[in-house]
Parts: sequence; C-alpha cells; structure tokens
Amino acid sequence: MLTRDTRDPATRPRLLLSLLALVLLWPGIRFSELDLGVLLASDSQSEMGRFVAAFWPPAHGDEFVELLWQTTLQTLAIATAGMALALLLAVPASLLASRALSLSAASRAGHPGYWGQLLRWPVRGLLIFLRSVPEIVWALLFVRAVGLGPTAGVLAIAITYSGMLGKVYAEIYESVDQRPAHALLQSGSSRLAAFCYGILPNVAAELLSYTVYRWECAIRASVVMGFVGAGGLGQQMDLSLRMFAGGEVASLLLTFLALVLLADQLSRLLRWRLA
Amino acid sequence: MNRLLNVVMVLCIGVAVVASFVYLGIDLGELGDSGNLQRMAAYAQRFLSPDLSPGHLQAIGRGALETLAMSALGTLLAAVFGLLLALPAAGRFGWPLQSASRLVLNALRAVPELVWAALMVLAAGLGPNAGTLALALHTTGVLGRLFAEALENTPSEPADAIRLQGGNAVLAFCYGTLPNLLPQLLAYVLYRWENNIRMASVLGFVGAGGLGQMLYVSLSLFQEAQGSTVILAMLLLVLAVDSLSGWSRQRWVKA
Amino acid sequence: MTLQLTQVSVTHAHGVQALRGIDLRIGAGEQVAVIGPSGAGKSSLLNLLATALRPGSGEVQLLGEPAWQLSARQRQRLRARIGLIHQSPPLPPRQRVVTAVLAGKLGQWGFGKSLLNLLHPLDIPGATAALARLDLGDKLFVQCQQLSGGQLQRVGIARVLYQAPEVLLADEPVSAMDPVLAEHTLSVLCRHAREHNVTLVASLHAVELALAHFSRVIGLRDGQILFDLPTEAVDRPLLDTLYANEQLQPSPTPPTTLSVQIPRC
Repeated sequence: MLTRDTRDPATRPRLLLSLLALVLLWPGIRFSELDLGVLLASDSQSEMGRFVAAFWPPAHGDEFVELLWQTTLQTLAIATAGMALALLLAVPASLLASRALSLSAASRAGHPGYWGQLLRWPVRGLLIFLRSVPEIVWALLFVRAVGLGPTAGVLAIAITYSGMLGKVYAEIYESVDQRPAHALLQSGSSRLAAFCYGILPNVAAELLSYTVYRWECAIRASVVMGFVGAGGLGQQMDLSLRMFAGGEVASLLLTFLALVLLADQLSRLLRWRLA
Repeated sequence: MNRLLNVVMVLCIGVAVVASFVYLGIDLGELGDSGNLQRMAAYAQRFLSPDLSPGHLQAIGRGALETLAMSALGTLLAAVFGLLLALPAAGRFGWPLQSASRLVLNALRAVPELVWAALMVLAAGLGPNAGTLALALHTTGVLGRLFAEALENTPSEPADAIRLQGGNAVLAFCYGTLPNLLPQLLAYVLYRWENNIRMASVLGFVGAGGLGQMLYVSLSLFQEAQGSTVILAMLLLVLAVDSLSGWSRQRWVKA
Repeated sequence: MTLQLTQVSVTHAHGVQALRGIDLRIGAGEQVAVIGPSGAGKSSLLNLLATALRPGSGEVQLLGEPAWQLSARQRQRLRARIGLIHQSPPLPPRQRVVTAVLAGKLGQWGFGKSLLNLLHPLDIPGATAALARLDLGDKLFVQCQQLSGGQLQRVGIARVLYQAPEVLLADEPVSAMDPVLAEHTLSVLCRHAREHNVTLVASLHAVELALAHFSRVIGLRDGQILFDLPTEAVDRPLLDTLYANEQLQPSPTPPTTLSVQIPRC
C-alpha cells in the first residue's frame, strides 16, 4: 500500500519527455544553424546599424509619397479583388462540401447517405489543398505564369482564400439548426431554395463577419506577397530593401502599420454594423 | 433608416470591388480567353510529374528537416523571450517597464516575418539561421502580447497564498500562477507553431533557408518538376505539424 | 503572548470599516474559536493575524515580533511560521494534490529545492502522511480540479498541517463539508494543535462546532469583540445577542474553473 503511494506515476513520462526534448534539440540546433551571436557580433551590428540608422528620417519626398499612395491603393485593391474572386469560388464549393444540404440526410435522421459522403470528399480535399499551400507560394507560381504585377497577387489570394472561406462556410452551415432546411427538403423544395430559406437567414451574420475578418487578413497577405513580385507595398519594400534605402523602408513599414490598423478598425466597424 | 444604411453599405462594397478591378487593370475576359487558359494549362501540366529521384528526395528531406527545425526553434526561442517580456508587460515590475516592454513587443509584432527575414539575411547572411531569428523576433512580439494578456487574466489568489506562508516571489509565480497559466501558454505556442511552419517554408524566398529557398531556386531555373516535389513536401510538412499540434493540444491543453 | 493586538482597526479599500479598536491576547497553545454573523469581520481578523491585511491603526505583535515594523525579508520569515487555512483554498486547478500540499514548506525550503520539487515531488511520504490524516491518502496524484469543494478544503488543511507552523489560523475551514466530516476534520485540527503545542484560531459558522471543540470562544459583531469567554461561560442569551437580526448569508463562491482560449487566425 505504502510502496505504491510513494512512487510518483508522472515521473517516467516526464523523464522520457525531457529526454526526447533534449535528443531533438541537438539536431534542431544543427539543422537551423542557430547562432544568436550574430545579433550581437560587432561587424554585422555596424552594417545593420548603418542600415537601421538610415531609417530616420523616413523618406517623405513628394515623388515618394505619391508612390506610397499608389502602392497602398494597389495593396487595398489586390485584397478586395482577390476576396471577390475567392467568394465566386468559395460559395459554390462550400455548398457542395457541406453536409447541411444532403437530401438523404433529410430523410435519414441527419445521417447523409454513403454515396453523398463519397462525392463530398473530393471537394473537401480540393479545399484543403488550396488553403494548405501558403498564399505566397501561389503568388510565386502565378508570377511565373502571368508575369510580375498585381494580377498574380489577386489570383493567389483568390485561390488560397477560396479554400479557407469554403471550408469555414461549410462548417458554419452545419453548425446551425438543420430542421428548417430538412423540413423544406422533405416538402419537396429544391436544395438551393431550402438553403436560401432554411439556412441562410440563420448564418448570414456569421458569414459576413467571417468574410470581413478574412478581408483584413488578405490585406496583410497582399503586403507579404509583394516580396515575390506580386505588386503592392510588399514589392516596393523588397526593392527598397535591396537598395539599402533605410528611409524608404521606414516609410513603407509605417504605411503598412497604418493600413493594418485602419483595416482593423474598418473591419470592426463593418462587423458591428452587419452583425 | 437602418435598412437604407445597409443598402448604401452593400453598394459601397460593390463599388469598391469594381473599382479594384478597374484600378488594377485586370480584364477577367482576357484572363479567361482560350489562348491564355491554354498557356496556363501547359504551365500547370509541367507540375504534374514531380521529380521523385532519390537524389532530389534526399535534398528535399534535408530541406524539410531544416524548415522543421527553423519553425520549432524559432517558436521555442519566441516562447522563452515572450514570457520574459510578458512579465513586465503585464505590469509586474511597475509602469515604466510596462510601457517600455509593450513598446518593444508591438514593434516586434508590427514588422512582418518576411521583412525580419530580409533584415536578418543582411545581419546573419544567407541560410536557416536568418530564418530562425526572423521567426523568433516576430513571434516574440505576438506571443509576448498574448502571454501578457493571459497573465493579467490569471487569478492571483494562489500566488498570494504562497507569499503569505513565506515563499518568495519567484516561487509564488512557479507554484501559484504557472500551473493555471501553463495550458493557455501551451495553446498559444502550438497555434504559433502551426503558423510558423507555414512561414518557415516560405522565408527561403528572401534567402533564409529551408524548403522555400529550394522552391525559389528551382522555379527560377524553370525546373517545375523539382518545384512540384518541394510543394508536395511543404504540404506534407504542414499537415504533419497540424496533426501533431492538434494531438498535443488534445493531450495537454484540454485534459 | 503569541498573538497580541492593541487597538487595531482595519478599513477596506472601498471604505468599509471591518475591524474597530480590537484588543486581543492569545497565549501559546491556546485553542480559540471566532464566531459571529456574516460580515462581522471574522475573515478580516484572521487575515490580519496572518499579516495578509495591514492594519490602518494599532499594533500587531505576532510570535513576539512587531509584524509591520519588520523588513520585508524578516516578515517573510515570520510568515513561514504562521499557517492560514483559507475558506476556499486558492489552489491552481491544474496542480496535482501532492504539489499543492508540498507547497506548504516553500517558506522553509531553499530556492533550488523548491524548484526541483516542482519537477519531481521530493517528500511524497510527508504529503501522504498529511493527507492520510484527513482521509485523502488516495488522492495524492490527482489534479485539484477533479476534487469536490469539501475535498479541496481538506487539501488546503493538509498543506498547512504539512507546513507545521507555530500558529494555525483557520478561516471557516469546514464550511464546504457535511456535518460528520466537519466534526472529524475539526477534531483532527484540534488534536494536531494539542500534540504539537500549536496556537489554533479558527473562525466558524456553526456555533455547536465551536462550543464542542474549543476552550475559548470570541464573539465578533460589527467589527468589535462582543464577548471573549471560556466555552463554559457562553450561554443562550449571549448567542442570541450575537446573532440578532442576522441576514441570510450569501452562498459561498463556486470554485474557479479554468478555460483555455485557442485563437483562430
């Protein structure tokens, strides 16, 4: 009795876990070639130091401000156009992928038929594929296909975000009360009508707020995508970095910050209005 | 009145969408015409036969391990430094340090990973070290803020009780605050790791090592077959990390 | 005198005066019960004796030392000799019972030992012994969140027993237990105090328990001492004055539950 009590059952798992962590840490450090010293090393610090010192004052010539304004507009336009295209793809895909509109489920106490499940999987797989490849990889691929410029960015956002939106929309449809839609389906209405009258009223607010929230994410994404040549603030930032123009980088970063803050406020306002 | 406002808002959104397309000069008709589509299809076709030769797979394996190590170590470093900065940011050491650490956290967070990576490539040279540092810097900002919020929301009674029976402040934190805080911290770290594995696989585009660098190089050399293998490896890596982190969350956060 | 209060007043942050001009002397090894209606200042008195509250005026002498004239370090050393049992024990929900109990000695252990104990409990027999006295020996490796309110209170008591202080203060230590268990737990506390010559001060809501287990009873009302008598001298009319017009007491606060947020983007 006492011998059993004096042994801590957690000792062995803890010991094994710590050992595992130690064993993994060594190759991890080797593979990532981790060296915190470079942040403090003197020569790189002076090189970095000169670059960072050039951050002040931020570039503010008339010409550059005009350029800033244009690229900011371009970034906003990329995000908005990309979202619009993504919606075109996401809405039908989510309707196909969601179990909420299963005819067989309506007559089988909520359990969709075997064949319906089998047909839904390819759509779900496609959506998973679209959103699992990072948007900047899509951007890189499209830059090779359609050339440098915002078109590649728009297409990349459209592809990635249709995957994200499609998946989340499908989940939202399934999360609400299914009985109104099932009742409509059982009384012989078409699936689309059942969706519009049975599900849409319940989910509209959540769909809108999620879409607006994603639009905000798309703005950040479109800035990042510029680094592979897909237009907008990011592309300008990449150019300035390559030319070691510290002041321009500083202005671009500040603009990026202001844009993100603004989008955050606007998205909050829209969600509050639409909810 | 309300209805009118809503209509106006929907109209505004519609106008914004149309204006975006016009401003960017994107002609959807031209983009979708048959010649263009054919060229796109031909381009896509070249990705359909991934290069699975042993030599290339070996290189990819190394790149994948590099990416994994970058994301894991970057997140780990960020968790340590984030916690160190979160303590003052939650107001544990008075307000001057609080505002100072908040400023640092916000600055770290505001600069995107790719920009940090570009800067770190300047400071540390090409390679995964730059990527790891870039991830660590940005993630420190994100995690530090989340940790500080979690710290502020943790009940203080258990720690007060330890102080009351003579324990010092560090022990009160370890015995009273940390047990409540740890699951939340772990949840945040796992969520950031999922994010960082995606970022780590693309930081190579600016020269910061990992799979991204391989993809960038092979696409620059028009080696689509090799590139498509890299993309497949990225997908596998992301899915693997997602399921590992989901499992850990089930095991240690929810339990 | 082990505990000595001279003209002590306590005012809470929101302006309510909890204690007014209290004079109190409690000798070594005495067992004292504090009773009174809710809101009378029982918790404030015990928190004051535990140096959790700083008096607005008056003097607090604990174990022969002026508690609030000491340096912070000296006060921490004094605190390690005083144990307070909280009404709802502030134990982290995810902490294991064994760690929660062993935390009782944090004031006496060195820093390194305390940190090591976090990773691996260093005195399992000690914790088992403390828990076994309260019939919780089988809960040693269970998380605190899996215990009921009464069990949690007993873990809090076990922690203080393990701390082995010279002064044992108990703020409603049995409020979440059924009568039989409350009876048993109080007798464990009193026996411990007798055997180790520990000064015991407990606030209690149940008058019968106070009269059955303690040799001295203090009646507290409106922040003042109404009576301070040996148990034999406490009679019905005295108790009726003490509890006159008492309102229904608010239900005890539910134990805190832990929620974890998982962000989406």
